[in-house]
Amino acid sequence: MTGDSRQADALLTLEGMTKAYPGVVANDQVSFSILPGEVHALLGENGAGKSTLVKMIYGLVKPDAGQMTLRGESFTPVNPAAARGSGVTMVFQHFSLFDALSVAENISLGMDNPPDRRALSTRIRDVSQAYGLPLDPDRIVGELSAGESQRVEIIRCLLQDPKLLIMDEPTSVLTPQEVDILFETLRKLTAEGTAILYISHKLEEIRSLCEHATVLRLGKVVDTCDPREKSARELAEMMVGDTLHVPFREAATPGPVALSMSGVSMKSPNEFGTNLRNVTLEVRKGEILGVGGVAGNGQDELLAVLSGESRAQSGTIALAGEDIGSLHPNARRARGLLTAPEERLGHSAAPEMSLTENALLTGAVRENLVERGFLRWRRTERFARKVIEEFDVRTPGPDNTAGSLSGGNLQKFVIGREVLQRPEVLVVNQPTWGVDASAAADIRQSLLDLAHHGAAVVVISQDLDELMEIADRFTALNEGRLAEPVPTQGLDVETIGLMMGGVEKETAA
Amino acid sequence: MIHLEKRPQPSRFWAGFTPILAVIATMIAGGIMFWMLGKDPLEAIRTIFWDPLFHETFGPYSRPQLLVKAAPLILIAIGLSLGFRAGIWNIGAEGQYIMGAICGAGVGLAFYPSDSILIFPAMVLAGAIGGWAWAMIPGLLKVKFGTNEILVSLMLVYVAENLLASVSQGLLQNPEGMGFPGSRNFRDFPAAYNTEIIGGTGMHWGVAAAFIAVIFAYVLLTRHMLGFQVRLTGQAPRAARFAGVNPTRLILFCLGTSGALAGLAGLFEVSGPAGQVTIDFNSGYGFTAIIVAFLGRLHPIGILLAGLLMALTYIGGELAQLMLGLPGAAIQMFQGMLMFFLLAMDVLSHYRIRFNKNATA
Repeated sequence: MTGDSRQADALLTLEGMTKAYPGVVANDQVSFSILPGEVHALLGENGAGKSTLVKMIYGLVKPDAGQMTLRGESFTPVNPAAARGSGVTMVFQHFSLFDALSVAENISLGMDNPPDRRALSTRIRDVSQAYGLPLDPDRIVGELSAGESQRVEIIRCLLQDPKLLIMDEPTSVLTPQEVDILFETLRKLTAEGTAILYISHKLEEIRSLCEHATVLRLGKVVDTCDPREKSARELAEMMVGDTLHVPFREAATPGPVALSMSGVSMKSPNEFGTNLRNVTLEVRKGEILGVGGVAGNGQDELLAVLSGESRAQSGTIALAGEDIGSLHPNARRARGLLTAPEERLGHSAAPEMSLTENALLTGAVRENLVERGFLRWRRTERFARKVIEEFDVRTPGPDNTAGSLSGGNLQKFVIGREVLQRPEVLVVNQPTWGVDASAAADIRQSLLDLAHHGAAVVVISQDLDELMEIADRFTALNEGRLAEPVPTQGLDVETIGLMMGGVEKETAA
Repeated sequence: MIHLEKRPQPSRFWAGFTPILAVIATMIAGGIMFWMLGKDPLEAIRTIFWDPLFHETFGPYSRPQLLVKAAPLILIAIGLSLGFRAGIWNIGAEGQYIMGAICGAGVGLAFYPSDSILIFPAMVLAGAIGGWAWAMIPGLLKVKFGTNEILVSLMLVYVAENLLASVSQGLLQNPEGMGFPGSRNFRDFPAAYNTEIIGGTGMHWGVAAAFIAVIFAYVLLTRHMLGFQVRLTGQAPRAARFAGVNPTRLILFCLGTSGALAGLAGLFEVSGPAGQVTIDFNSGYGFTAIIVAFLGRLHPIGILLAGLLMALTYIGGELAQLMLGLPGAAIQMFQGMLMFFLLAMDVLSHYRIRFNKNATA
């Protein structure tokens, strides 16, 4: 289809959309059209300007220049309510729900003119049945799975009868089965003429769902294509702008057991967290164990009990045969067990502190950065510089704050900080979450190299493609229980889904 | 249209320059207020900021007062700033100040009229322990039972005030005081008197302790692991746990240190400038120090300057009341303006001001 005819039939047309922030042009003359009933993918690395663009469409950000036309009329939403009034709604990557309230209460809070509670409950049931998204309006949101929470957001949008639905990384928290259900719903919607603007890093998904893709790089539209006709690799290369580096993997023979957990049970310190139940695992030197599972099934708790932030009963966790269950984080680091939590800002790094100070945060013990209580700043800065150089962290220097880095760069810093400390065992949670394709490939390669040099690596991730790519053995967390690990080779999606425990949940809901 | 644009990182230049700008703005706004009260604004401002230091007749009297008034403020504020940086809010320094004074004075008075040179050091130690112990109450309650240290430490101020009233009419009352409440005067007890180290400067042992505390805090925060842990805990508590900081130990360290320093301030005050334990010996230094800590941006050098500035406005304010007949409320208002401008100017270090002709591009 040519550009002109697309524009003639378009539901929404963007012309010359431009938005600059201090020091960076987030969007530069972005123009494209979305047709009614089409699933339109917005592709791009982190920092390519996807978020800014959809925020302009949703009325959250005011463009510096450019115009939008919705169904032939000029479209200038001053705020999200105005955008919703014109039929444009959005499902965010991070849910904005109140855990303590019911589904119906949450939905009514997000609506501009909510009907009374009983009428609303009926409508929620109707819509959820019509689109194949089972959801009980009276359940408390805190008890829902991530997939179910997302349904709340989607149904909230659907109740407003949208013409355009914007979805930002909707599948990052879903099991394969839940993804299928979501796609079914989206197809029903498009059949009715609703257009969907779909943002995702998962190229396979885009290939199976989307009919048209607009590729952004550094704020500009660099390409458009029909993703069904391209391979995932070709799509990735369009985004990155050069040839993609696919992690290289050498077959390794696993060595002796490096880390073992036997029957670890732990109550989550967090009220809405998941308790670990009887977790048993063994990781050998030179191998990567992939831990899959939907978010909120005990990933944070598993990392905390390994990092030493939570203590286990003594005798249940052993590092190279030595009991470490009751040791503090730094005592574990001294013995070679390093960790990198999922949340970068505020957990694995302190956003307002410089990169040098953040290097000290976990490097103090193994890099010998403290002498009789006094800090060796010069040595620390050298260590920070080494991380920045070897992991290609894009920053003017180690004096810059962690919060000033983009998500992908900070993640490279955090992973690099641990990898360069030569761990015996490294445990990472979501190592490439929200990281662009080329940075993600670098991070995966560094994990593979680490294992190749004899370290044991545990990768907790919700990205199954990632786990299939780098892990030797796979296991999954489901409600705090860990499945029996199986070799990754020859593993099919069905089995993975069953291990993640998504299936029982679907039928129960 | 004027726009505020968030800076990616706070500006170092403006962080240092805003206090100066705030003092100038206070002078202008305060000058207008004094003018409206029918006083010569230039003379009023000169009386507050210049005369205490450089006036021929008053200078020699008020210059030492500057150090005497600033020292307890700085000493207490340094201790508080450590906790504030870690997100531990000790609001009860006033109580710890009183308890330091009672314990330190009690030890000294117990040995009256001995002339051993060990008496004053023993009092200093007792003062620090008194303040430390009083701060340990909210500390232990917090780590054992999760109570709120703000409430507990504040409540304990009132307990300490009642204890002060009780001992000055009982346990520590001067037996030769003809029934008046209050202890013996330390001026008549040379071995226990907090004398001036250099005569006529106001430089007593408490001033020396305040300067030492500033240096100690500076080194701790910039060069020591413990200071790093304090800052990390305040900025990112989860990251601090991940880095292996023991929250219990940190809470006890911060509350204990601020209590001990407040106790020291109380001891130096009671054994020197105040001279005796009396019912109303405390004069709000413990609360004012909270303002000093924040005015100094919780930075040791900033606190040193803020303490001196605060002391200057007190002394200058008193002088202005005396000399120009300015009402006390006007002086308080002037001090309030200073706080207001200092905090308001903060926006400059976090934001950039843009003048834009067409706002809706």
